[in-house]
Amino acid sequence: MIALTLAVTMRQEEFTLAIDQSASVEVLGLFGPSGSGKTSLLEAIAGIRRPDTGEIRINDRVLFSSSAGVDLRPRERHIGYVPQDALLFPHLDVEQNIRYGERSDAPPDLFGSLTGILELDPLLARRVRHLSGGEKQRVAIARALMTRPTVLLLDEPLAAVDRARRERILPYVLRIRRDLHVPLVYVTHDASELTAIADRVLRLDQGRVVAAGTPAETVGSPSHTLTTGE
Amino acid sequence: MTADTWAIARFTVLMALTATALALPPAVAAGWLLARRSFPGKTLVETVVSLPLVLPPVATGLLLLWLFGRRSPVGKALDAAGIEIIFTWKAVVIAMMVVSFPLIARTVRAGIEQVDRRFEDIAATLGAGPFRVFRTVTLPLAARGIIAGAILGFSRALGEFGATIMVAGAIPGRTQTLAVGIYTFVETGREQAAWGLLAVSALLAFAAIYASNRIVDRAERA
Repeated sequence: MIALTLAVTMRQEEFTLAIDQSASVEVLGLFGPSGSGKTSLLEAIAGIRRPDTGEIRINDRVLFSSSAGVDLRPRERHIGYVPQDALLFPHLDVEQNIRYGERSDAPPDLFGSLTGILELDPLLARRVRHLSGGEKQRVAIARALMTRPTVLLLDEPLAAVDRARRERILPYVLRIRRDLHVPLVYVTHDASELTAIADRVLRLDQGRVVAAGTPAETVGSPSHTLTTGE
Repeated sequence: MTADTWAIARFTVLMALTATALALPPAVAAGWLLARRSFPGKTLVETVVSLPLVLPPVATGLLLLWLFGRRSPVGKALDAAGIEIIFTWKAVVIAMMVVSFPLIARTVRAGIEQVDRRFEDIAATLGAGPFRVFRTVTLPLAARGIIAGAILGFSRALGEFGATIMVAGAIPGRTQTLAVGIYTFVETGREQAAWGLLAVSALLAFAAIYASNRIVDRAERA
């Protein structure tokens, strides 16, 4: 469980993203159509993009505050970020990618347990370009989790995966929550994914929160349901 | 081909390799700075970096001759330290470095600009500091541009003439390079020897350009 405060404004090309939300959650879903500001918000939390004004706080730790002049660098934030296209380092193999952010104080069994949970052991020696979309996502998730982040940001992890495989990947995401107790911020424009995993959802449109609450309150009942194998 | 021809070729290659090796680190730093940072006076720095590309090499040579001569502060300091530059092999290396530096820096810059910045962002979220990001992400992903730049710089150094003859002269066995050798052999009526040097020059130029094209081809296929 984390306490997350997102109170920022950020000028975008077509609108200004303006969010003012606080929530204590295990999985926070960000829901909305393409271009509604979901990815920009994740990048602001990760420290890759700088908001114009406002404050970002996780468990009383201020990551960004325009009034206090705080803007922690990405490497000081301890946040795992998995972008939509995974962005695995193309010059490294799977194991080297996963170990890139390994900390010297990491428990010795962390690598083994992550590759076990995400079923990556058969892929470790592979070149990144030989992986499927779903495999890339799992490697990127493992790479982010190796840094032992306080929260994991997932940007449409299932977008590059066809529907049949989605039902096989979603359980991995649930295992992160259940076995590793890592809180998630989960971006998607698919209501069924949120119904399966989120406990609170912010519904965004044109940079504004148009609804906040449980998945049922915010995204309604999805037209289809995903089985998660749980 | 005479033993002289081979001695001149060997000397030129050695000087060009040394010049490229010495110019590469600052050229990579300059290329990175221009590709990834904005700072006041950036356009001025860009212009100064590219200047030796458009300045006649003889003019560059004249500037170097003044800089390392006994009348400039640099020349005086070197003289006091007992270091002689003008008309030695060191002057050959410096002339080659100065003319090849802009080519290397510009090619490196283009190579770094092609690296998706988001890889660097991700590395930062994984805990890497700026130097580690550069060493483990930017540098390997821009490797082909850097190698291509080094080959281009080496090729330019091999053919260097104008600046070299100004600061190093054409002392046989001491500062005579392929380009300078061709000129002095023709001047002194030793045309056959000049043709020998021409053949070696063509061979080296061919090898360098071929290697460079191979790297570009492989980069395009990857």
